[in-house]
Amino acid sequence: MAGVVAGAAAADPSSFKRKPGLMAWLVLLPLLVWLVLFVVVPTVMLVGVSFSERDALGRVVWNFNTENYLRALDWDTLKALPQLLPQNLSEGTDAILKQDGVSGDPSLTQRLRGIGAGIATTFNAFVWFRILLISIWYALLTTIICMVIGYPVAYFIGRSSERMRIILMTLVMIPFWTSFLIRTYAWITILSKDGLVNSFLVAAQIIPEPMTILYTPFASVLGLVYNYLPFMILPIYTSVERLDNAMVEAAYDLGAGPVRAFSQVIIPLTRPGIVAGILLVFVPSIAMFAITNLMGGGNPPTIGEVIYKQFTSGRNQPFGAALGTLLLVTFIISLWLTRKQREE
Amino acid sequence: MSVVASSPNAIQGFFRRLHGPQIQRGLFGVWTAIIFAFLYIPIILLVVFSFNSSKLNIRWEGFTLKWYGELLQNKTILTAFQNSLIVACVTTVLATLLGTIGAWMLYRYRFPMQRALGLLIFVPMVIPEVLMGVSLLSLFVHLLNIPLGYTTLIIAHTTFCFPFVLVGIQARLHGLDPALEEAALDLGATPVKAFWLVIVPYLMPAIVAGALMSFTLSLDEYIVSVFVTGAASQTLPLKVYGMAKVGLNPQLNAISTIFIIATIFLVLFSQLLTHKKTP
Repeated sequence: MAGVVAGAAAADPSSFKRKPGLMAWLVLLPLLVWLVLFVVVPTVMLVGVSFSERDALGRVVWNFNTENYLRALDWDTLKALPQLLPQNLSEGTDAILKQDGVSGDPSLTQRLRGIGAGIATTFNAFVWFRILLISIWYALLTTIICMVIGYPVAYFIGRSSERMRIILMTLVMIPFWTSFLIRTYAWITILSKDGLVNSFLVAAQIIPEPMTILYTPFASVLGLVYNYLPFMILPIYTSVERLDNAMVEAAYDLGAGPVRAFSQVIIPLTRPGIVAGILLVFVPSIAMFAITNLMGGGNPPTIGEVIYKQFTSGRNQPFGAALGTLLLVTFIISLWLTRKQREE
Repeated sequence: MSVVASSPNAIQGFFRRLHGPQIQRGLFGVWTAIIFAFLYIPIILLVVFSFNSSKLNIRWEGFTLKWYGELLQNKTILTAFQNSLIVACVTTVLATLLGTIGAWMLYRYRFPMQRALGLLIFVPMVIPEVLMGVSLLSLFVHLLNIPLGYTTLIIAHTTFCFPFVLVGIQARLHGLDPALEEAALDLGATPVKAFWLVIVPYLMPAIVAGALMSFTLSLDEYIVSVFVTGAASQTLPLKVYGMAKVGLNPQLNAISTIFIIATIFLVLFSQLLTHKKTP
C-alpha cells in the first residue's frame, strides 16, 4: 500500500502535498510573521512616511501631504517648463555667441550648440529628478558593459569540459563572494592620487604629476562593472550550460557563420540567463551608493546616496522616503519588464 | 616565407579546417583570460601590498608583517570585528532555522496563497538594499520603538539572509524522493521525527551551504547596516568604509587579505559540497 502511495506521489508531486492542519500552520507561523512584520509592514511604513511632514527638529509629523513628491519630481520646474525651455534655449545661444565673440546672426553650429546648452541648463533645473535619471543611466551603462564583456566569458566557460567548468566557475565565485568593500578598496589603491597607476606613471616620468582618475564618473562605472560582472556571468553560464548542443551544431551544419549562429540561435536560446543577469546587475546598481561614493566621490550623487543623506545628515526623512518610494516604483517596473521578457 | 609560397594549398587547407566554431572558441578563450585578469589583478595587488614594508608605494621595499601586527593592536577594528561576528552568528542561526523549516513546510503542504508567499520571499533577495535599509529604519523608529543596535542589525540581516537559505533548500528538495518520508511515516515515525531523522540529513549539504551564505552575506553587509546600526554596534564593513573613504591604509590591505583568504576557503568548501555526488 505504502509503495502504491509513494509511486503515485512520485508521478504527480501535487497529489503528495497535504492540506495543512493546525500544527502545520503553527510551524509556518514564524516565517509568516517575519515576512509580514519585516518585509510588508516596513514597505508600508516607507510609503507612509513619504506622505508625512517633518518639524523644525527633523522629527516626523504624521500630517498627510504630497509636498515631498512634488519636490522629488521637481513639480515647480515641470510646471514652468513651457516658459523655461524657450528662455534657456535663447539664453544658451546668446551665451555661445558671447563666448565666441560674434555679434549678429548665429551660424548653424552655433545654433545647435546653443540648443545643447539650453537643454543642459533645463535638465539641470530638475534638481532631484535628474539624480534618479543619472542613477538609472549609470545602472544601464553598467548592465550593458557587463553583458557585452561577460557574455563571451560565460559562453566559453559553459562550453568547456566539465573539469574546466568547475575550475573556471570557482574562479568566478571567489570575487562574487569577496566583500564588495574589499574589491572597491582594491581599485582605490590602484587609481587614487598616490595609488599604483599614478605612482608608476610619475616614476616612469610619463606624466609630471598624478592625475585624477579616482572620483570621476569613469571610476564610478568601473567600480560598478567590476563588482557586478560575476552577477552577469553566473546566470548566463547556467543558460549556456543547459544549451542543447545539437541546436548549435545544426546551425553550423546548415551553413550559419559564427555571427549568424550566435545572433539567431545561441543568444535567443540563452535569453533566460541574459534577462536574469540584467535583473541581477541593473536593479542593485541603481542604488549602490557605497561604490559610487567611494569610487566616484559622490559626484554626481546617485539616488541611493541622496536617500541616505536625507535619512541621516539631511534630517528630512519624509523627503527621503518619497525618493525611496520613487526608487521602489522604478524597481517594480524593471522587475515587471524583465518578468514579461522571461515569459515571452 | 618559402612555405607560404610553395604550398598555398596547405595554408588554404589550414584555414578551411579552422571552422567558425574553433576560431570563435579561441577568441572567447583569450577574452576570458583577459576578463579573469581584470577580475584578479586588483585583488592580487591588494594582497601583495599588504606585505610591503613601504606604505603602499609602487616600489617594493621588503616583506613585512607589521601591518598585520598593527591590526591586532587596533582596538576599534577588533571591536568592530567582534560586533560583526556576534551579528553574523545569530543571523546565521535564525536565517537557517527560518529558511529550512519554511522550505520544508512550503514543499510538504499546500497553503492557501502559496504563490503570493513565494513572491514575498523573493522580495528581500532582489530589493535594492537602500530601500530595505530605510524601510526597516522607519519600522524600528516609528512603529516598534526598538533602539538601534544589535537587535535591529540581526533582524535586518536575518530578513535578507533567510530567503537565500530557503531557495537553496527548495532546489535540493526538488530531487527528493517522496517515498523517503512516506517510508519513515509508515515505519511509525511522527512527522517531526521523520523530518529530523530522514529529511534533515538529506538536506544537510543545502543547509550548510545556506548557513555559510548567510554568514558571509551578514559579515559583508554595509548598506542595510548603515541605516539600522547604533553607535555602539558598528560592524566591520562600516569601519572599513570609513577607512577606505579617507584614503590608502596598509592596515586595510591586511584586513582585506585575511578576508580574501577566508573567502577562497569558503568558496572551495561550498563547491565541494555542491559537487559531491548525492548518495
